[in-house]
Amino acid sequence: MKEKEILDSLKKIVTPYVQRKEGLENFNEETDFIKDLEVNSANLVDVILDVEDEFDIEIDNDSMSGMLTVGDAKNIIERKLASA
Amino acid sequence: MNYKNILEKLPYTKPFLFVDELLKINEKSAEGRYTFPVDSFFYKGHFKNNPVTPGVILTECMAQIGVVSLGIFLLQDQVNESKEIELALSSSEVDFYLPVFPGETVKVVSEKLFFRFNKLKCEVRMYDKAEKLICRGKIAGMIKSKLTEDVSKQI
Repeated sequence: MKEKEILDSLKKIVTPYVQRKEGLENFNEETDFIKDLEVNSANLVDVILDVEDEFDIEIDNDSMSGMLTVGDAKNIIERKLASA
Repeated sequence: MNYKNILEKLPYTKPFLFVDELLKINEKSAEGRYTFPVDSFFYKGHFKNNPVTPGVILTECMAQIGVVSLGIFLLQDQVNESKEIELALSSSEVDFYLPVFPGETVKVVSEKLFFRFNKLKCEVRMYDKAEKLICRGKIAGMIKSKLTEDVSKQI
């Protein structure tokens, strides 16, 4: 799967949980889920669960705690897809 | 399984404890009961001369039995005797069907939807004595024992 497809898909998944809509305008790998998008920790769990469904992967606790930015999420998704 | 143990770990007290007894708890579900005392503090103001249990209180009762009690059970292995739990309500979406009057006893039945990354989300229903549905909805909270704090600090 291409990087752009993953990023587009992540953006679609996270959009309903975003409090700071301006953060979506320049959505890129540096975008921080909590600081830039103001997603709360409970909704971040929803994002992870939606990512699991969308990409048919399983994300463990260690991966979850390293998932601060969109780029982190993209890397984890790519790694899981490669090892699937 | 000792439900008394779970009741003791609930971080509430009067006038904001809305659990009298737990009837059943397992990995997937929880069931409990509460009787709203006629002299509960909120009846004085809700409503003027017409006491009815507020929806937020019914929601709280569903959360305490259906989410927090179940969460304490699920965390049991981690909750050391002396340690407390940390919790916060994260979302609730509830539909109400029947009013609950002072002195009524309600039964709360909860089914776990998921418990992952400290978030416990449940489908919860409340019934009256005639087993009629009072309200139902989805309630979620973040819950963890203070022991696991270091591991999940970033979440």
